[in-house]
Amino acid sequence: MKILVLLKMVPDVVEELEVAPDGKGLDLEFLRMILSEPDDHALEEALILKERYGGSVTVAALDAPDVDDVLYTALAKGADRVVKVADIEPGTTTRMAAAALSGVLRESTGLLPADLILTGSQAIDDLDGLIAPLLAHSLELPYVGIVTQVRADEAAKTATVIKEYPGGVRGEFETPLPVVLGIQSAEKPPRYVPVAKVRAAMKSQPIETAGALTAADAGGPLAELVAMNKPMVTGAAEMIEGSPEDIAGRLCGIFAERGVL
Amino acid sequence: MADPATSVYFGVPGYAVLWALTLVSFFLFGRRVERYIGVLRKARPEVRWNEPWRRMRMFAIYVLGQKKMFGERAIGAAHFLIFWSFVFYASSFFWNLIRGLLPFLPIPYTDSVRWMAAVLELFGVLGLVALIVAAVRRYVFTPPRLERSKDASLILTLIAVVLITSLAGSMTESPQIYAAMWWLHMATVLGFLAYLPYSKHMHLLASPFGVFFGTLREGGIPAASEGASRREEFTWRELFNGLACAECGRCDRSCPCFDAGLPLSPKMLMHHVKELVRNGGGNGDFAGGVVKAEEIWACATCYSCMERCPVFNEHIPVIVEMRRHLVSKGEVEPRVQEALMNFTRYGNSFGTSPRARAKWIQGLDFKPKDARKEPVEYLWFTGDYASYDPRLQPVTRSAARLFRKGGVDFGILYEEEQNSGNDARRVGEEGLFEMLRDKNLKALGKAKFERIVTTDPHTYHALKNEYGEGNGAVLHYTELIDELLKSGKLPLERRLEAAVTYHDPCYLGRYNGIYDAPRRVLSTLGAKLVEMPRNRARAHCCGAGGGRIWMEDTPGVKERPAENRVREAATTDGVSTLAVACPKDLVMFQDAVKTTGLEGRLAVRDLIELVEECTAQ
Amino acid sequence: MAGNIWVVAEQWRGEISEVSFELLALGREVADQLGVPLEAVLMAEGRKESAGALGKADVVLYADHSSLAEPIPDVCAEALVQLAQERRPRAILVALTNVSMGIGTLAAAKLSAPGINFCTDLKVADGRIEAQCVLYGGKMEATVTAHGEPAILGIWPGARSPEKGRATQAPAVEDVTVTLPEPRVRLKRYLEPEAGDIDISQQDALVAVGRGIQSKDNVALAEELAETLGGAICGSRPVIDQGWLPLSRQVGKSGLSVKPRLYVAAGVSGAPEHVEGMKNASLIVAINSDPQAPIFNVAHYGIVGDAMDVLPALTEAVRARKG
Repeated sequence: MKILVLLKMVPDVVEELEVAPDGKGLDLEFLRMILSEPDDHALEEALILKERYGGSVTVAALDAPDVDDVLYTALAKGADRVVKVADIEPGTTTRMAAAALSGVLRESTGLLPADLILTGSQAIDDLDGLIAPLLAHSLELPYVGIVTQVRADEAAKTATVIKEYPGGVRGEFETPLPVVLGIQSAEKPPRYVPVAKVRAAMKSQPIETAGALTAADAGGPLAELVAMNKPMVTGAAEMIEGSPEDIAGRLCGIFAERGVL
Repeated sequence: MADPATSVYFGVPGYAVLWALTLVSFFLFGRRVERYIGVLRKARPEVRWNEPWRRMRMFAIYVLGQKKMFGERAIGAAHFLIFWSFVFYASSFFWNLIRGLLPFLPIPYTDSVRWMAAVLELFGVLGLVALIVAAVRRYVFTPPRLERSKDASLILTLIAVVLITSLAGSMTESPQIYAAMWWLHMATVLGFLAYLPYSKHMHLLASPFGVFFGTLREGGIPAASEGASRREEFTWRELFNGLACAECGRCDRSCPCFDAGLPLSPKMLMHHVKELVRNGGGNGDFAGGVVKAEEIWACATCYSCMERCPVFNEHIPVIVEMRRHLVSKGEVEPRVQEALMNFTRYGNSFGTSPRARAKWIQGLDFKPKDARKEPVEYLWFTGDYASYDPRLQPVTRSAARLFRKGGVDFGILYEEEQNSGNDARRVGEEGLFEMLRDKNLKALGKAKFERIVTTDPHTYHALKNEYGEGNGAVLHYTELIDELLKSGKLPLERRLEAAVTYHDPCYLGRYNGIYDAPRRVLSTLGAKLVEMPRNRARAHCCGAGGGRIWMEDTPGVKERPAENRVREAATTDGVSTLAVACPKDLVMFQDAVKTTGLEGRLAVRDLIELVEECTAQ
Repeated sequence: MAGNIWVVAEQWRGEISEVSFELLALGREVADQLGVPLEAVLMAEGRKESAGALGKADVVLYADHSSLAEPIPDVCAEALVQLAQERRPRAILVALTNVSMGIGTLAAAKLSAPGINFCTDLKVADGRIEAQCVLYGGKMEATVTAHGEPAILGIWPGARSPEKGRATQAPAVEDVTVTLPEPRVRLKRYLEPEAGDIDISQQDALVAVGRGIQSKDNVALAEELAETLGGAICGSRPVIDQGWLPLSRQVGKSGLSVKPRLYVAAGVSGAPEHVEGMKNASLIVAINSDPQAPIFNVAHYGIVGDAMDVLPALTEAVRARKG
């Protein structure tokens, strides 16, 4: 089983996000990047599948600050090969990123064909599209999103995947391999890997670099972000202050007023 | 009387019989001991030969003086007598054995030397009395966690037989009885010797070495490793614990986690180590299998087991080695994992931006100096909880105001301070500890200061003992406040007219011996200090250390350690205030007061708050 | 006709989803402001009668095909692309739900047309459609415009009240033809949630816990309040993933949408995925230690503080009042 995982860094929302002076994007000065959470799950699912079926896990990630740490961590967790897609400008849209990725996948040796291509089902900055369906389109592969479980049948070249629907309903799908899957959450939460192992990976295993060979869609972005602003906090909420007892008293009064007691 | 060694029994000379018995006994003994030594030699190395004079002193106090045994008084005295009887009888035995094996030697038997006989008789009688005390304790007033094993009964009986045969032999007039007693005595001791290394009373042999090779870095953590699960992955000293353990149960009796009903028994842990030394642990994992993961994670690293252990066993290093093993396999509880990842990423367990670390200063009417930018006398290492926990930030501001009022020239590291790594290390994430330490050392390197003052005892311990030399003196804030009060720099405006009890934080008290500074502060304030039954080195841990603060209580917990402790405080004479000197204690005990329904009856206050009240104009 | 506004009507398991009406309400506003017709696209197999409910649209384009029996994103996208190429709409509104996710992105890719995700609102200014989007888990808002047509707009549930998207009159229904391959991805079966648990969508009072609740122990505090209020406990995705509550208690995307009379959110940050499932509750009280938490944008009353302190106090107060 050859598994390819695509990772993307997104702004860490633990840090206060600030709008850039031009008002059209994030202020990069205060930005810290973190692995997109669903992508972390995609990596975990890939590692689980490798443990289950054997084979290899190759990780490709778009260049971004701190991405090396993420790639070494992936190696320490059990990935076999990591590739960094270089020449990615800050502010690259998801469409452009997907184009760059699919270019690298097609043009670098040994990345394709893969049986499974996994990535997060969605990222918090996927403003102009989602990576998984975009790649499925450019690689002409089937796509299933919001996946939480994967069972593969290598001999039959098929996989059975579970997709989440509203209300706790789940759908069981059969898809031919290869397939692009948008992972919502892995079967188990992403594993912990100790710092010492990451350091060991840094010393012993290299990160390959691949240039984004295919130019992104020319002619400017199709979707233009004209203004960005912080949401107005407490648009609606009336804030209640005081000791827990005072607060509880106030709330009780409100509950009674609204007839919910 | 006739010399039993030269008498002839059924045509066989006595010395020949003695030779046969001795050879069998020594063979059995030697074979077993050699195996143990072989196991220890294959284990990971660990240096325990340094500072021999200090080790000799420990030996004198804790082996010859039996100091820790007196932690439980009655049995301490009894054990002291049994120990010394044993020493004299053992010396006498070897003297007599040599004389018996080599009858031509021109030396008498010990009972023919008058002063020797007198000493033997005296210790024989005292030893017998002590044995009776021990037996009564073991069988009538059995303390919890002491098992009435056959092994123990056998050993008590054997010691009694040795003493009685010797006494009876020296009192009898009959040559037959004398000879019988002599042979019975020699045979019992030789049998004892052969049996010893197969029984729990291996501690007779091993514990003096255990004390001599005890740790000189109290609270120390084993050298970096990927952890241990298989026998050869532990250090020899960690394995040696198993041989030295007498299964007396003192550790279990003092363990807050065991007491709470968590699945941890330090005594069983040592027992498992013993089995590991003997049998190699059998099939399957030791860490996570024989010793279950829940047990390994249940420890709060409070040090009370190690503090109490009479044979200097080292439970916490064994726990940490096994935690390292689990961590390196990625087997970490979700919330611990989250905390560790937050440390890696943000330098704090809260998962909050490092830039928010000094947010607590909002609300002060001055801005603490940035120690990276201007020289200060005191570098205040604030710590995670004091910085980030909204419940503790007011206390942290109190401390800042007091330092300023007392004329302390202090500064903080702002966003460059990171968690000290104490908990990360004890959770078994050594690499993360090193990373945090290196980042902090880098930040400290940028600052000019003379001394460090800390809020959190866990931080205090790490900075003082685990960051290497070169950072100057490290003080806990209670020590600094004590100095300020003594020197009059913080004049009192009013007295604290209340009965207060004080909880010793593990990492301040047991780990670092700071018991008096906080108590002096309280008495200076005028408080009536009432001690809880378990105080100072015996203080009952709140249960938050060693990463426990992030772990779920296992189902089946009877009473959380913090709840147990606040109940103890609430039932201490006239006490309405529990004073603490650790941020984690404050939140743990405040929560426990709520869950035990003691609200309104017991106030949990940080020492700082009390000082500020008494010094406010 | 060219330049129309389209709404993709989501149908799943034989029913038109609520979100389709929300999209119709929103699409109606946009179409009216632009002075163009609003058309709904219904893609299904043998469900033409459902089109009758979509009267808010001027016309329903009904595509019937065996490959459209289940909403498989790449097949739906292909059908949509064929229709769009033929009829050249100006904008296509697609719901960002677990059912429809991927359709918009695939269609935009196939058409080399602009796609805009995470829209919470659409405005028309100077004859152009401006999308209001939430980014970074609700921490930022953006105004985005499209260059090129059709603009494919992914709309979060909750943009408009579904009631505003319903109409009594039946729309004109136009059958349209699409040529589709067999879907490569095949639905084998639906797995129903485990039965037996209570239905949180039927409760009058809900106490929700989120990541900020910190430990499983604290779930009990929320449960106590829920019981005292005569309601039930529910949670956001992280809490369900931790295994602290069963899947049947999840509110939001992948979970249930709820409309209780009282919703107390404890330690819930207010990610869009959660908010879409609870924003229609009559009274929302949020407790969170982060004053910047987006949950305060949808709550009616907010408390900045530790849920562990507030929940027990509230339980006590409610008990006292109830006597």
